[in-house]
Amino acid sequence: MPTATLAQEAAVAAAASAPGGAISLLWLTILLPFAGFLVNGLLSLRRSTSKTTVSVVGPAVLIAAFVVAVAAFFQLRGLHAEAPIVLRYWTWMPVGDLQLEMALQYDQLSAIMLLVVTGVGSLIHLFSIGYMRADEGYARFFAYLNLFVAFMLVLVLGASYPVLFIGWEGVGLCSYLLIGFWFTVKENAAAGLKAFLVNRIGDFGFLVAMFALYQAAGALDFVAVNQWLLANPQLANTGIITAIALFMFLGCTGKSAQIPLYTWLPDAMAGPTPVSALIHAATMVTAGVYLVARSNVLFAMSETASIVVAGVGALTALFAATIGLRQYDIKKVLAYSTVSQLGYMFIAVGTGAYVAGIFHLVTHAFFKALLFLGSGSVIHVMHEALHATHSHADAQDMRNMGGLRRWMPTTFWLMLLATLAIAGIPPFAGFFSKDEILAFAFARGEAAPVFYLFYGMGLLAALLTAIYMARLMAMTFLGENRTGAAEQQHLHEAPAIMTWPLVVLGLLSVIGGAINLPHLAGGNEWLHHWLEPVTGTGHGLPWVASLHLPEGATEYALVGIAVLVGAFGLWLGIRSTLARPILTPDAAPPERGFARVLANKYWVDELYDRFIVRPIVGLSRGFLWKFMDKGLIDGAAVNGPAWISRHVLGKAGSLLQNGQVGLYVIFFLLGALWILRVALG
Amino acid sequence: MNGFLDSLNYGQWILHALVLLPVIGIPLVLLAPERLAKHVALGVTLLTFVVSAGLWWHFDPSAGMQYRTAIPWMPRWGISYAVGLDGISLFMVLLTTLLGPLSVLGSYRYITERERGYYALMLALLAGLIGCFLALDLFVFYVFFEIMLIPMYFIIGIWGGANRLYAAIKFFVYTFFGSLLMLVAIIALVWKVALATGELSFGYDHLLRNAAAAGDLAPWLFAAFALAFAIKVPVFPFHTWLPDAHVEAPTAGSVILASVMLKIGTYGFMRFAVPFFPDVAMGDPVRTIIVVLAVIGILYGALVAMVQPDFKKLVAYSSVSHLGFVMLGIWGGTLASVQGALMVMIAHGLSTGALFFLIGMMYERRHTRELAEYGGLARVMPVFGMVLTLVALASIGLPGLNGFIGEFLVLLGSFGRYPAAVVIATLVVIVAAAYLLGALQKIIYTRLDRPENQGLTDLTFREVLVLLPLVAGIVWMGLAPGPILRRMEPAARAFVEASAQTDAPAGRTVLGQGEVAP
Repeated sequence: MPTATLAQEAAVAAAASAPGGAISLLWLTILLPFAGFLVNGLLSLRRSTSKTTVSVVGPAVLIAAFVVAVAAFFQLRGLHAEAPIVLRYWTWMPVGDLQLEMALQYDQLSAIMLLVVTGVGSLIHLFSIGYMRADEGYARFFAYLNLFVAFMLVLVLGASYPVLFIGWEGVGLCSYLLIGFWFTVKENAAAGLKAFLVNRIGDFGFLVAMFALYQAAGALDFVAVNQWLLANPQLANTGIITAIALFMFLGCTGKSAQIPLYTWLPDAMAGPTPVSALIHAATMVTAGVYLVARSNVLFAMSETASIVVAGVGALTALFAATIGLRQYDIKKVLAYSTVSQLGYMFIAVGTGAYVAGIFHLVTHAFFKALLFLGSGSVIHVMHEALHATHSHADAQDMRNMGGLRRWMPTTFWLMLLATLAIAGIPPFAGFFSKDEILAFAFARGEAAPVFYLFYGMGLLAALLTAIYMARLMAMTFLGENRTGAAEQQHLHEAPAIMTWPLVVLGLLSVIGGAINLPHLAGGNEWLHHWLEPVTGTGHGLPWVASLHLPEGATEYALVGIAVLVGAFGLWLGIRSTLARPILTPDAAPPERGFARVLANKYWVDELYDRFIVRPIVGLSRGFLWKFMDKGLIDGAAVNGPAWISRHVLGKAGSLLQNGQVGLYVIFFLLGALWILRVALG
Repeated sequence: MNGFLDSLNYGQWILHALVLLPVIGIPLVLLAPERLAKHVALGVTLLTFVVSAGLWWHFDPSAGMQYRTAIPWMPRWGISYAVGLDGISLFMVLLTTLLGPLSVLGSYRYITERERGYYALMLALLAGLIGCFLALDLFVFYVFFEIMLIPMYFIIGIWGGANRLYAAIKFFVYTFFGSLLMLVAIIALVWKVALATGELSFGYDHLLRNAAAAGDLAPWLFAAFALAFAIKVPVFPFHTWLPDAHVEAPTAGSVILASVMLKIGTYGFMRFAVPFFPDVAMGDPVRTIIVVLAVIGILYGALVAMVQPDFKKLVAYSSVSHLGFVMLGIWGGTLASVQGALMVMIAHGLSTGALFFLIGMMYERRHTRELAEYGGLARVMPVFGMVLTLVALASIGLPGLNGFIGEFLVLLGSFGRYPAAVVIATLVVIVAAAYLLGALQKIIYTRLDRPENQGLTDLTFREVLVLLPLVAGIVWMGLAPGPILRRMEPAARAFVEASAQTDAPAGRTVLGQGEVAP
């Protein structure tokens, strides 16, 4: 297991390095993947290229970045730094008193994010060697993937909102490029464009938030903004703070696929599965959660904004989970599951439980990456089997699978671990993080009763999560095989390069909860203490100050209910799925009733298209261009007088136009003087 | 570097050389054999660029107007050939001299007939443009303003597309109408100032100091200047000449038109219209009208660009949108907004220039600009696809590339005075992505299903050479615009102070307990 040994080496290296050592090398974590992008990008332009170089360079830059990240982490742990470490490189925009630095900020929060991105990223890069090997765009794939990681690290390390925004837009770009990776299929390219455009709606909000913040605070870097906020507690719950926070949250709903901007994420599954795992599950889509946690002082100062964040999160968690119940594409189920789980994280950060939000972000990165990669293995094998028999059946449709446990036991067991984790079964990772979120939401209910509703929605979503995950596992791995007799001959377990990264993720899905084990389970809430310097700054602010976890009987009751709900959901999911024989897509009857509403995803895409997209395009084409530009301005105001002058004045004018340039000049000057006389009166 | 330049007396002759070199090149091109004309033109423009590049080091970033010289021309009328350079004009000049050789090199295959005439006109055009940016005498400015008009008229009218005559005449009439108004305003201002001070002079400084003498006439004079420049920018609703001119113009014509010539309009506002009449320009109702028109232009240009089937028209309308940002920034009234406006002017010059070159390269291969005729080009022209993607991303304002810096600073700096306008204008980030990435989609992605497209060859070495400087500039300006911003700061600050209005709301107010140390 290469990563473990590397981690040990890095730990040794960190122990030996002096302060300033690994942390001062943090720019390497960005530059290494970027160099990988350049190398792989150049290789992709060469038609016949050896895949070996790509296979080495692509993952190696990531693993090297991970080593630096681990070393920096241990160094930071040794420093016990209370204030963030800011590494300044050059002044990006020097304009008067706006001296915007190209600077990175390393603190406890960015350290965690850095580890997740490079760690999970490394595993997914390794997996991709096996998954993408046969693709003709192999080098291009790794180029984009490396570029993504570089931008993602700018996002989590940037020391100011604008620098973060470089990463924010950069990851959006890579997402666009990777969703449309197989761009010759029109739908893929369209899905990429949709993702970019929907994200841009969010970016509009983010930009406005920055403008308003600069207007109010006179600064845009995190340290100065936090200082300003803490120095001005009287601004709490004022309109300006709430407006800034809400505009910023609009950005989050785009990037993190929340209502109303979630529609791009399910379509984003058009990209290769490792992309779905890395970008659309573990890292990029959590950027919104990171942004709120990063701006925790700002959000803590606005009760309204926080309630909106939690409310949108709760609604999304529930709404997306219902859609997940009725999808047949294995990746679509996971996509809606991701939307739903991101909703949980927003419940957390909206409640003021920023650590719980980050905790769930981390554990979710483990088990959701595992689920996506596992589904990738399944699709990979299915695809090969269907390809071998020239079948045109859908390799991603779970109705074509069934009983795969026989051929893919390792994948099955690993995905089962992740399923138990996401369903919130103790002692798996997701149990602790999800439980903490629900407990905090419940606790907040005392001060703001609407949070009892959010708690209830979260609990219901947890039930649905367990159901659709059990359904996914049952349809894929249990019961009779529906792939077809000929195809069955070609089913087999995925190659080692694809299963080993899953083993690591499986381990993390089991023990990941340990990073923030509650006192109840004999832990010491390590993550809480670790993130204290980042999330603790706002403790004096009303929204955070009043938040305490319930203790005693209430705590036990909450845990008990959560576990029961998860277990019941799993049981119900398996039972209802296997109760009737599952029909293959061509044999299945059309959905009826509410199932049809769910299968069609509430027709939200169609609604957006009908009431937003088409009117805007129609207005632009019919009114602005054809009527205003061509008709009114050009037709009436420009060509009209020209026509009159040609047909009326032209007759008189042609007498004067004898081709003598000199005469023109004289007339021209006379005219100018005449106008002048009139003007001067 | 500066020691070397000083040993050449660089500061003494540089501004004259920048105008004279292309002018001297005209007879050389005309006398050269037809086959060699383009090489001569390339040599001349390259030399002009190399000479101008010294300004990057030699220009004093802490000073305002420099390299001033004035040669008496018509002393009786108070006209002298006065030129100078400050942080505003510096980058306009450098942009022009950079695009000169690129435009010539980019025309190598496109222009196949009457080459001598074409390249001679090109040089005249460059001389006129550079002269415009350098002029510190209103008469000289007017002369250069007219000089650049005529070559462009012929370039569109002779080497343009099928509907070139309509476009050329429309372009000419529109701009000429504006410039006549401007001439009247110039003469009136000079007259008024002469009456008040007893000194007849077209000199910029003299007029600037005494522009208050215009008195009641100020609104009218501003209106005349503003109309001339607004047509040039173009500000909505004076923009309809632009798409026609672009579609018909040959590639290099479009490049120069969009990258440099439009900026004469915004430059005119910053150099003349606003500083001469700050109370009119920054007072009501003018500022409201301009800001509203700027915001309309930003969104209108983008929305109309979104539905264009012709790629060149799409980019033309996108220029209306980008230049709207410049107008908003000029009226934003803060250092950030004004420097942002200048950055948009440069960034738009580089990225739109590159876009028009790329469109030309497509056109030379397929003889169509209809988006629907393309598709899947990334498979046969990967380098082209890569460059087009990068340039498009710069144009839609992806941070890290040059388009972002200017737009960000404009919006950030204007938010204090016009928060509603800024919020509405910011919406364009969505539409911009829709029109350019949408076009990208149709050109380089999706299925390569047309047989005509399947045999297309990727960019040649010459074409890469044309694009490389622009791409390098796009990346460099996006990551480290500091050296540029610092050089333009004194001039931008002077403009902000000159246009400051006592009754206008402050640029930025910090809430709460004062400023926090950055």
